[in-house]
Amino acid sequence: MRNLRLLQQLLLTLMVIGVTTSCGNSSKKTGAIGGDVASSVYVAPGEHDEFYAFISGGFSGQLSVYGLPSGRLLKVIPVFSQDAEKAYGYNEETKPLLETSYGFIPWDDAHHPELSQTDGETDGKYVFINGNNTPRIARIDLSTFETAEIIEIPNSGGNHSSPFTTENTEYVVAGTRFSVPYPQADVAINSYKEKFKGMLTFISVDKETGDMDIAFQILMPAFDYDLAHSGKGNSHGWTFFTSYNSEESSSLMEVNASKNDKDFIAAINWKKAEEYIKSGKFKELPANYADNSYDEHTHTATSKMVKKVRVLTPEDCPGLVYFLPTPKSPHGVDVDPTGEYIVGNGKLSANLTVHSFSKMKKAIENESFETTIDGIPVLKFEEVVAGSVKDAGLGPLHTEFDGEGNAYTSFFISSEVVKWKVGTWEVLDRSPTYYSVGHIMIPGGDSKKPEGKYLVALNKITKDRYLPTGPEMNHSAQLYDISGDKMKLLLDFPTIGEPHYAQAISADRVKSKSKRIYKLEENKHPYAAKTEKETKVVREGNTVHVYMTTIRSHFAPDNIEGVQVGDKVYIHITNLEQDWDVPHGVAVQGARMSELLIMPGQTETMLWEPQSVGVFPFYCTDFCSALHQEMQGYIRVSPKGSSVPLKWGLGEN
Amino acid sequence: MGLSILCLLTLFVFPMWKITLVAPQYPEGISMNIWINKMTGEELGTLQNINILNHYVGMKYIEPDAIPELVYFPYVIMTMCFLGLGAIAWDKPEVYLIWTILFVILSCLGLYDFYLWEYDYGHNLSETAPIKIDGQSYQPPLIGEKYLLNFLAKSYPDVSGIFAMMAIPLSFFAFKKAKK
Repeated sequence: MRNLRLLQQLLLTLMVIGVTTSCGNSSKKTGAIGGDVASSVYVAPGEHDEFYAFISGGFSGQLSVYGLPSGRLLKVIPVFSQDAEKAYGYNEETKPLLETSYGFIPWDDAHHPELSQTDGETDGKYVFINGNNTPRIARIDLSTFETAEIIEIPNSGGNHSSPFTTENTEYVVAGTRFSVPYPQADVAINSYKEKFKGMLTFISVDKETGDMDIAFQILMPAFDYDLAHSGKGNSHGWTFFTSYNSEESSSLMEVNASKNDKDFIAAINWKKAEEYIKSGKFKELPANYADNSYDEHTHTATSKMVKKVRVLTPEDCPGLVYFLPTPKSPHGVDVDPTGEYIVGNGKLSANLTVHSFSKMKKAIENESFETTIDGIPVLKFEEVVAGSVKDAGLGPLHTEFDGEGNAYTSFFISSEVVKWKVGTWEVLDRSPTYYSVGHIMIPGGDSKKPEGKYLVALNKITKDRYLPTGPEMNHSAQLYDISGDKMKLLLDFPTIGEPHYAQAISADRVKSKSKRIYKLEENKHPYAAKTEKETKVVREGNTVHVYMTTIRSHFAPDNIEGVQVGDKVYIHITNLEQDWDVPHGVAVQGARMSELLIMPGQTETMLWEPQSVGVFPFYCTDFCSALHQEMQGYIRVSPKGSSVPLKWGLGEN
Repeated sequence: MGLSILCLLTLFVFPMWKITLVAPQYPEGISMNIWINKMTGEELGTLQNINILNHYVGMKYIEPDAIPELVYFPYVIMTMCFLGLGAIAWDKPEVYLIWTILFVILSCLGLYDFYLWEYDYGHNLSETAPIKIDGQSYQPPLIGEKYLLNFLAKSYPDVSGIFAMMAIPLSFFAFKKAKK
C-alpha cells in the first residue's frame, strides 16, 4: 500500500515538474559568465582557479581538494584512511592520528567537510570533516593542507550530523546517527525503546590553536540524528539537528522508521548549555575516547585517551532543547544567511518545510507545546512553520543559499536541483542532475556570506557520464553557473570515493597562507639530523635508530652495516632541502610498509624489521633531481648475534 | 661631498649587487644578494639551493665566511668615509679631486676583484662533478645577462651599489664647486 502511494506521489510530482518546467520560462537575465560554456570553465595553463573546493571522500575516508571552475584535482588529503602514497598512517609520526578507543583503525567513512568561520564567514583557517563509522571529527590545517587533529566522539553510534560549525567556530558538533545503549551494555536489541539513547556532542575549538575538546554532550531520545546546522545572526547560539526514526525502531528501518508523518528538528540552545555547564548542572560521566594531535614542529602526532565527559540531560535543563515537528524523515537542516529560516528537507516528501526562528522564539515564550518527550517540549508545528515550498520535486535532501535571497535544494528521487525564493517559497528554476544528487554546494553556501556564482551537485549515480571503467565508477559532480536567473550546467567531473558534502572558499583567503616548506631550524623532531654531520646509527639492544638525511641527490649515510636479523630498525629521515617542492621519498626492499614521502625540512620514520640476511637496497621514490636515479644506498643485514660492527658512511669507497 | 659619504654609507644598509638565476623550474628566479660584508639569499635556504644546483656541475660551495673581501671591504669603505670627512674639513678643490680619483681606482679594483671571484667560481670546477660539459664554464656576467646551461644568470648592481657609483659624480661636483 505504502509503495503504491509513493509511486502515485512520484507520478504526480513528475507531472507537476512537467508543468512547471514548460511554463514560466520568461526570465531574461543570463549568467554573468556568458555564452561559451567551455571558456567559462577554462582556466588557462599556469593560471589559478578562483575557488578551492573541499569535497568529502566518503568511503575513501579522505578529503579531496578541487579547483573551481576547472574541476581540476589539486590534492587528496589523507584524513581517516591510511595513504601509502604519503605514508600517512604508515610512518611512525602519523600512526597515532588513527588511534581510537578500539585501537588503530585504518579507515573511516568521511562525510561532511566544514570550513571554519569568523563572524559567520569562511575564514580559510581550517576545514573539519566527520568520520561516520568510528565517530570522529578531524581538523585539517589550511596552511599545510594536512590533518592536524582527530578527536573521537564518545557515546555515539555513528557520527553523521557533523561537524557543522557555529558562527565563530566556537564549536563543531556531532550527533549520533545510530542510537546505542547508554552506557554501552550487553542488552537485547528489542529493548531499544528503554535502553537506547541518542547523544549530541559539542566540541569546542580553541581560537588560537584550533585544538578540539569535547565541551559537553546532551542525552537525547533514541532517534537517528541525521544532519545539523548552527544558527547565525539572530539565531546565533542555537544549533539544529534533524532526526528520523522518532518511531524508535531497530529493524527493517526503511519501513519502520518511515511511519510517522512528522519527525523532529532538535533545536539546541548552546548558550543555555554553557550556562548549565557553568552552574554545574552537568554529570561528569566515565568515557573513553582518543584525542590525537599532530605537532608541526616535532612533525609527530600524539594520541591521548580521555576518560571523562560532561553530560547534560534535557529533563534537568529546561530551555536547553526543543523539538520542531518536521514532515517526513528530514535529511538536511539548513539555515539561511539571515539566520531566520530553518529549512527541513523532508526526504520522503514532495514539499520542503521551512521554520521561522522568530516564530520559534515566540512559541517558546508562549509555551505552545504539543507534548513533551523525555523532558523536551515539542513545539506546535503551525506555530513555528514559516511556509513550505510546494511540490518542488521529490526527495529533498539538502539546501544551500546564494546570498541573493534564493535557495537551492537537491532532490534525490527526481534527480534535480531546484531554485526557490526564500520568503515567497515559489519555485524559480530547476535543472536535472546526472544522476540522483545527494548534497549540493555553493561557495560559502551555508555561511552568512555565500558567493553565489557556482553550484556543485554531488551525485550518487554515475552510469554513462564518463568512459566506462568496469562495474565500479567514480561518483560524479556537476558544476552549474548560478549567477543568472537560470542555472546553467557547465562541467562534469569525477570525484574520489563518494562525495557527501563539500565546501568552497575564495582562493584568496587561503593561498597566501599556504606553506612552501617546513623550516629546518624549527624542526624539533627528537630523531632529526639537521646536518649531514649529525647523521649516525645507534644501537639500543635490538633496536637500531638510523639518523639519516636527504639532499639532492644522496642519502647520508648511504651505506650501513651491522644491522641484524630480528632488529627493529627505525630509519628517521630528515629532508634537508629548503626549496619549494623538493620532497624526497624512500623505500627499502622488503620493508612491510609504504614508502616515506618527506617534505623539505620534515622528519619521518620508517620501521623496518629485516627478516633475512643480505644486502638490501633503498632508494629515493620521488624524482627529485637530475641525479635522482643515483639516489640510492645499501643496508647490510647480518645474522642475529653477528660480530659485524655497526658502521655507516657516505662516499667512502 | 657630504652626499658622497651618505651614498657610501648606504652600503651598510642595502645590498650592493644582485645575481638572479632564472630557469623553467624557477620561474620567479633564485636571487642572491651581495652586501659589502655578507652574502644572503632572497629567502631562507636560497644559498643552500644555489649550492645544491651548482654542485652538479662541480662549482664550489659559496661560503660567505670564506670570502676575505667581505671582511676588509667594510674597512675600506669606512676609511673612504673618514677621508671624505677630512676633505670636507680641509675644503680644498684638489683634496676633493684626489678623493674622487682614489675612489674611482678603488671601485675599479673592487669590480676587478669581483670579476676574478666570479671567474674562479665559474671555472674552477671539481674533477668529480656529475655533469661535465667540455668547454663549458659557469661564470656569471659582471653586469648583464648570460645563459649558463639551463639558467639565465642576471647580474646587476643593487640599491647601495647604485648609490656608491653616484658618489663619484657627486664628489667630482664638490671639486668643481670648490674650484669656483
